Amino acid sequence: MNRAVIDIRDLRFAWPGQDAPCLDIESLQVEAGERVFIHGPSGSGKSTLLGLLGGVLAAQRGSIDVLGTRLEKLRPAQRDRFRADHIGFLFQLFNLIPYLSVVDNVVLAGQFSARRRAQALASSATLRDEAIRLLADLDLGGALLERRVTDLSVGQQQRVAAARAVLGRPEIIVADEPTSALDADRQSAFLDLLLHECDAAGTTLLFVSHDHRLAAHFTREIALHGVNCSWRERQPA
Amino acid sequence: MTHLPGLALRSAWNRRHTLGLTLIAIALSVALLLGVDRVRQDARASFGQSVSGTDLVVGARTSPVQLMLYAVFRIGEATANMSWAGYEKISAHPLVAWAVPLALGDSHRGYSVVGTTRDYFDRFSYGAGKKLAYAQGEAFSTVFEAVIGADVAQRLGYRAGDRIVLNHGAGDVDLAEHSDKPFIVTGVLSRTGTPVDRSVHVPLEAIEAIHLDWQGGAPIPGVAIAPEHVTKFDLRPKAITAMLVGLKNRAGVFRVQRHVNELKDEALVAVLPAVALDQLWQVVGVAERVLLAVSAMVVAVGLAGLVAVVLAGLNERRRELAILRSVGARPRDIFFLLTLEAMGVTVVGALLGVMLLAALTALFAPLAASQYGLVLEPRLIARSELALLAAAVGVGILASLIPGYRAYRLSLADGLTPRL
Repeated sequence: MNRAVIDIRDLRFAWPGQDAPCLDIESLQVEAGERVFIHGPSGSGKSTLLGLLGGVLAAQRGSIDVLGTRLEKLRPAQRDRFRADHIGFLFQLFNLIPYLSVVDNVVLAGQFSARRRAQALASSATLRDEAIRLLADLDLGGALLERRVTDLSVGQQQRVAAARAVLGRPEIIVADEPTSALDADRQSAFLDLLLHECDAAGTTLLFVSHDHRLAAHFTREIALHGVNCSWRERQPA
Repeated sequence: MTHLPGLALRSAWNRRHTLGLTLIAIALSVALLLGVDRVRQDARASFGQSVSGTDLVVGARTSPVQLMLYAVFRIGEATANMSWAGYEKISAHPLVAWAVPLALGDSHRGYSVVGTTRDYFDRFSYGAGKKLAYAQGEAFSTVFEAVIGADVAQRLGYRAGDRIVLNHGAGDVDLAEHSDKPFIVTGVLSRTGTPVDRSVHVPLEAIEAIHLDWQGGAPIPGVAIAPEHVTKFDLRPKAITAMLVGLKNRAGVFRVQRHVNELKDEALVAVLPAVALDQLWQVVGVAERVLLAVSAMVVAVGLAGLVAVVLAGLNERRRELAILRSVGARPRDIFFLLTLEAMGVTVVGALLGVMLLAALTALFAPLAASQYGLVLEPRLIARSELALLAAAVGVGILASLIPGYRAYRLSLADGLTPRL
């Protein structure tokens, strides 16, 4: 089980038109089932790292190996497919498509990936049933399922997004400050639910936040500004 | 990616108010474009149907188009008459099988009055050689009798046996009346879809009779000739407006035409109806093309509006596109989604336009037929219109690529985190 799920070596990424790299990581490994808390000030390259892991960005140098697949060797469409199959994303705010129902927002993850659809159908008869099951796990059900997603509270919206991220058991979940819009009580309740879902599915969790108080919930902590050489170089000595 | 059309549909439904207005604009513009073409086609068809079996139309020398317009279509007025002697001379030509005189200029409540002979009802044919038939009654036999067309009977509520009074001159208001000499309707013709429907036919002698006590377009003061006395006068016409000529053999049409055009004692012109119509279409064609070009531009404006609406909405949807990207949508899926939306609006708008036009044609066909003699053929779409429709939809589909491409670029640049 101690196989590296993410293995980054000598990775360097610069935005187009900029000479100085934005991200420069010599080495970063995450093992299967780890709960990793990634923190760092803004500008330390968090969004860039997530873009690279998600395959929407391509590094100029180095290797980024996810689940044994070298992302930098894939074509863009293959990386999109890889992301759909293996990674569930969760963002800070506005995670939901406004014109889809609660259930349809969750089902969406299974519609872009045959692999996740197949795995969802292993535990429920239909994608819809699996979505409803996961939503119930996250304390969402009943009349709420038929509501417009824009009528939900922020906490409810984030739980719907979490259900979508875990649908079809992706190996990795990447959460980008998903609790920053919640108050303290709801933060910890949401985090408990998310961690519970990850445990149930054996999912590796990368959790990005600048709120260091949350670090206690995780098995490991990475300070991105410590890993990112280019960020260190840019700071006044 | 079979779920993408469903997604596009729900996204479009979410913005149904703005897209709905765009849809209406496209439907109206497509209906306009096809409508212009349809009226053009049907106008040609119904003009072409108006006269058949007549080999030549003869009148005082003028342009062939003008002669056709006033002699056959009752549009405009003759500038000069032809003499009765000329009529008799042409009728006597060995190649001429029949000739029907037409004396125009008077009217009845806006409908033109045609002074002619009984031969008119036997000789005149329209469409594919169809003859005139009576819905009621029969042809006139004495001087103050009239045969009316189907529209005249319908709009004015006349039946055989009714009495009518003719007006001097053409038009609808404030005309001097020939009220001292009323006419009895002896027959009502069946509908033909030609100017005959909008005509009142009286004997040629009647035109002479009602003008016996007139001079220079007004009654002669102190002179009144009662109807019962008119037969004492010589009612043979001195002049007529035009004549329709049928030949024994169509091959001789150019010989007779030359004969008429070269008559020494009177400046006359003989016109082949089909040739005159062709000339008419050449004149009208310029206006038709301008109308068609303008309506094509209206379609372009409608499509530009669509592209603008979709593009304007794109910025608010960057978050939505990023979410789709995060669950695995490729940039080309985003391209497909946005293109599909604009395309869908174009196609549905065009189909709505076709149905709107069909409804409007059906609704206004009776009015167009009775008021303008324009027979609108009820149909959903004609083959020639299909090409126009395909062109409009084709341009719309090409235009739909613009928002698709823009969204593609945006989703590539934004990735999972739109910079708003």
